[in-house]
Amino acid sequence: MNFDYTQLIPLLPEITVLTMACLVLVVDVYKTSKDSNLTYYLTQLTLVMAAILTIALPATETNRVFNGMFVADSMSDLLKLFIYIVSFMVFVYSREYLRAREMYRGEYFVLGLFGILGMMIMVSAHNLLMVYLGLELLSLCLYAMVAMQRNVVTVSEAAMKYFVLGALASGMLLYGMSLLYGATGTLDIVEMSNKLSTGDLSSSLIMITGMVFLITGLGFKLGAVPFHMWVPDVYHGAPTSVTLYIGAAPKIAAFALVMRLLVEGLGSMQAQWQDILIIMTVLSLFVGNVIAIAQTNIKRMLAYSTISHVAYLLLGIIAGTQSGYVASMFYVIVYAIMSMAAFGMILFLSRAGFEADSLDDLKGLNERSPWYAFMMLIVMFSMAGVPPLLGFWAKLAVLKAVVEVDLVWLAVTAVAFSIIGAFYYLRVVKLMYFDKAEDTNDFIAGPDMRFFLSANALAILGLGIFPGGLLSLCASALGM
Amino acid sequence: MLEEYLPIWIFMLVGLGFGAVLLTVGFVLSPHRPDSEKLSPYECGFEAFEDTRMKFDVRYYLVAILFIIFDLEIAFLFPWAIVLDEIGWFGFGAMFIFLAILVIGFIYEWKKGALEWE
Repeated sequence: MNFDYTQLIPLLPEITVLTMACLVLVVDVYKTSKDSNLTYYLTQLTLVMAAILTIALPATETNRVFNGMFVADSMSDLLKLFIYIVSFMVFVYSREYLRAREMYRGEYFVLGLFGILGMMIMVSAHNLLMVYLGLELLSLCLYAMVAMQRNVVTVSEAAMKYFVLGALASGMLLYGMSLLYGATGTLDIVEMSNKLSTGDLSSSLIMITGMVFLITGLGFKLGAVPFHMWVPDVYHGAPTSVTLYIGAAPKIAAFALVMRLLVEGLGSMQAQWQDILIIMTVLSLFVGNVIAIAQTNIKRMLAYSTISHVAYLLLGIIAGTQSGYVASMFYVIVYAIMSMAAFGMILFLSRAGFEADSLDDLKGLNERSPWYAFMMLIVMFSMAGVPPLLGFWAKLAVLKAVVEVDLVWLAVTAVAFSIIGAFYYLRVVKLMYFDKAEDTNDFIAGPDMRFFLSANALAILGLGIFPGGLLSLCASALGM
Repeated sequence: MLEEYLPIWIFMLVGLGFGAVLLTVGFVLSPHRPDSEKLSPYECGFEAFEDTRMKFDVRYYLVAILFIIFDLEIAFLFPWAIVLDEIGWFGFGAMFIFLAILVIGFIYEWKKGALEWE
């Protein structure tokens, strides 16, 4: 059999991550000192290597290899790059936290790397089987990571809920895929979209049923209402370093999943999925912004904030225009950067035996450290959508996209709920600046974490003042 | 249209007949010496009827999971071995990459002591 080995070139980043993850696993098992940082440095090296390969081998055109199973295009390149950056920061933030909780083990990093590999496959999948494979690789790693502190009650509860609901969602997704396969006779996303563009297959009952199951599965993975039940419990229960991991990069991969399945695959069924997504978005806006007000735990509050951010992300997809997809992509990247900083801040305030996850723990942060209070202020204002921070431009972009397709009422609803949501973000700022500090311990974070956390928050400010670069990067990635 | 199903019908008939004949022959020709042990239901080493909330050694699960990984690999090896002359060195290499990944998992479980019962 003749095999064209040049096909492997677009897969080099994936091959690197896989090889290195295996290497890290073996090195970790054989290393003698328990506290050695070798595993950590190898993991970070892997991400740097993958990033260099992705930058060095950019996809100048849509390149489909392995019989169309795998695709490398400019969208996958950009999303993968942000997955590396976000994961790199996640590992930097997690280090001290993991060490203080005796979780600083090779498994965390190996599972993290395999999860990243799963995300990369999700981003580059052009076949329903590959989509599922990537998604499961990511999900299995996440289940195990959530359960790493298994003797803590909340952790095992979160892990159990996540696993059961996640498995259910995967089942739904798989059932939807099987129906689509039955109707179109192909698993290939491009072929499927070609078959749907002619004839009236796209309005047939079996296709619509399959699509509904598909959206159910996607809704679970994204955490959109009414499939959001797992989000607060898992975000709250999981160790904060794992919450940080779940909250940031997988959302980028989930966006890619929506793009590949709904936009590229079922693009001609837009009229059908648009309505479903609108209902999910309005519900998510409501639940995400209103219920978050009642939370006293920051991790839970940020979980509800995630739900509302997912709603904004879906707005761009609902618009169904090229500029809408660009806005969504911009939104998801901005969201990943913001949520990374917000959860990073909780990690920064935590120390051995103390979890800074209650709103009261933020009281008087300004007295304790004006600099980090300012960093948190940037993050909270950005999440609330205050100009000129990055979160404002992201919201503006998705709102502009829905207004362009004459869904003004949806844009108005989104703005109204974002004003309600601003309350709980501003409450954090009030606690930091106008309340007396209860906790007066010193911060234990190392210089690397201090540097990256500050850089992270300042990036939100800097990119917010000059949003053009990132936005045009997203636009060119989608060929605009 | 319907006659296309004839082979399936014949297949079912043969299957049913074959099963019935074998059971009957066994029942008629074999010696019958029943005792209480033989007549009681067999349940893989457990008591057939007891409280459902029995204690169970969790290590069985570990062994079972580890077994399944290496058992399923065989299902992959058989079709590979049959078409090996067609897929050539490429297929050979691909399978060995797959096996190498499995071996890494094996090294991990060995070093972590998952194979030791005590």
